[in-house]
Amino acid sequence: MKIAVCVSHVPDTATRIKIGADRKTIDPTGVTYIINPYDEFAVEEALKTKEKIGGDSIVYAISVGGDTNKESIRKALAMGVDEGILLKDDSIRDSFGIAHALADEIKSLGCEIAFFGKQSVDFDNSITGQVTAELLGYNCVPVVVDFKLEGSKITAEREIEGGREVVETELPAIITTQKGLNEPRYASLKGIMASKKKTIAEKAAAQSPNHSEIIDMNLPTSKQPGRILGTDSSAVAELVKLLREEAKVI
Amino acid sequence: MANKILAILEQREGSLKKVSYEVASVASKLAKELNLEVEAVVVGNDVNDLNNISKYGIQKIIHLKNSEFSNYTSSGYTEAISNYSKEVNAVCLIVGNTSLGNDLAPRLAVKLNSGCITDCVNLQVESGEVIATRPIYAGKAFTKVKLSSVVKVFTIRPNVFKAELYENGTSNIEIKGISSPNLKSKVVSFKKSEGKLDVAEADIIVSGGRGMKGPENFNLIESLADSLGAAVGASRAVVDAGWRPHREQVGQTGKTVSPSLYVACGISGAIQHLAGMSTSKYIVAINKDKDAPIFSVADYGIAGDLFEILPVLTEEIKKIRS
Repeated sequence: MKIAVCVSHVPDTATRIKIGADRKTIDPTGVTYIINPYDEFAVEEALKTKEKIGGDSIVYAISVGGDTNKESIRKALAMGVDEGILLKDDSIRDSFGIAHALADEIKSLGCEIAFFGKQSVDFDNSITGQVTAELLGYNCVPVVVDFKLEGSKITAEREIEGGREVVETELPAIITTQKGLNEPRYASLKGIMASKKKTIAEKAAAQSPNHSEIIDMNLPTSKQPGRILGTDSSAVAELVKLLREEAKVI
Repeated sequence: MANKILAILEQREGSLKKVSYEVASVASKLAKELNLEVEAVVVGNDVNDLNNISKYGIQKIIHLKNSEFSNYTSSGYTEAISNYSKEVNAVCLIVGNTSLGNDLAPRLAVKLNSGCITDCVNLQVESGEVIATRPIYAGKAFTKVKLSSVVKVFTIRPNVFKAELYENGTSNIEIKGISSPNLKSKVVSFKKSEGKLDVAEADIIVSGGRGMKGPENFNLIESLADSLGAAVGASRAVVDAGWRPHREQVGQTGKTVSPSLYVACGISGAIQHLAGMSTSKYIVAINKDKDAPIFSVADYGIAGDLFEILPVLTEEIKKIRS
């Protein structure tokens, strides 16, 4: 079976965001980029699925963007993914633009299943997997914390408010992965060495217009630092009074 | 006839979710400003509370009904709503940014050949266009975005928009039976988690971090949460250490929350955590390190030993609550 895992390349979560001069992008100076943390769960699940199915299954890591995205593709290769594909486009795409390119590639490769992180920790739209699935006419279960594939039948648990929904569906499908689904493996030294030798195929990303336009980007207004009421439980009475009478939240 | 804006309501086990009233309120406000006709749409089997929707400015309610719709089915709900939306030429859909809404909205967008902006915290009409404000980088920054597609889909973050009450109107509920729904993908059961409240839905959250020193001490957090009717939250450090389940994690790679009150106990305030909770209306920090970054976002703080402070605080809250 052909299995896809879609990865995005995002600023490290420890990044302190600065807005760029155009007020539509962030200032990349000093920013370290990493594979999107949720995509590591997607890579792990893709590899586990391949190991389970066996045979001549193959896992492709696909990313849409500029040359620097190859670093995240290489990270997936080091973890054990077979082939890397960069759908090249240096322009800014929204989730729909990215999904169109991914759908086009997943279709031409003939992948029956694709794993995505449930969201990219840059724009946090959390929709690329669902949009890609709808474009392909695939089933889709987002925010998955437990995944089983038997034949073509999928039983997946997805995290929702107050619990988990058990969803049944079938291949072909897209699964978006949530923390808790698995423990992503570390890349072995051998894997890292092997990944450096692999060529990442470059293709032009399928053309697609964006549906959205960023007008402005700004930082949240910083709060006035609050009051330290004391250093022990003698401050509790005042705290409770403030919460009741000033904040009116209890 | 004016074009339509649809408020997509969400029901679970036949009851409307709180966010549905916020969705109705937002849709009816936008309808006035954009000169659109507003309708509410709900997919379900038996649905209670539909009469309440008229109080939030929407008189016409469409109930897309099938016995298979009591549980969520992404394929079924998508098909039913997108078909209805096409039938009445809706130009705008407002959906709650819940687990269900975040699954459904992008699918509707594809079917309606539209764009979709998720997790909006503000929707404003400027020169006849809807401008959405939404957080990015888990709240470290915000963008203003607009859609260029003809049909527009927006999901709104729960607890942020006020559900405004209007003069009591009469509801006109129209039931449309949906025959042979698409059930390619469907929810077969629900496993309720042990915690009483989910951080994503709670109005008050009490969170613990590494300063709790061990999982066994989280009973202090749970007692305080119980006394306040709050949900229990956790920092990434304690989730990664296996002290608490991931569903309680607040921050980037966890949940982004905006409760009325957030009580951070033994949490120093890593940038990823602050991003996820700094939009809370009021923040209380209890931490022995007075220089911890959490105090920079807290409204009120106690810079002391939480093992001494928390039991006293819990007792005090119990007293005023009894």
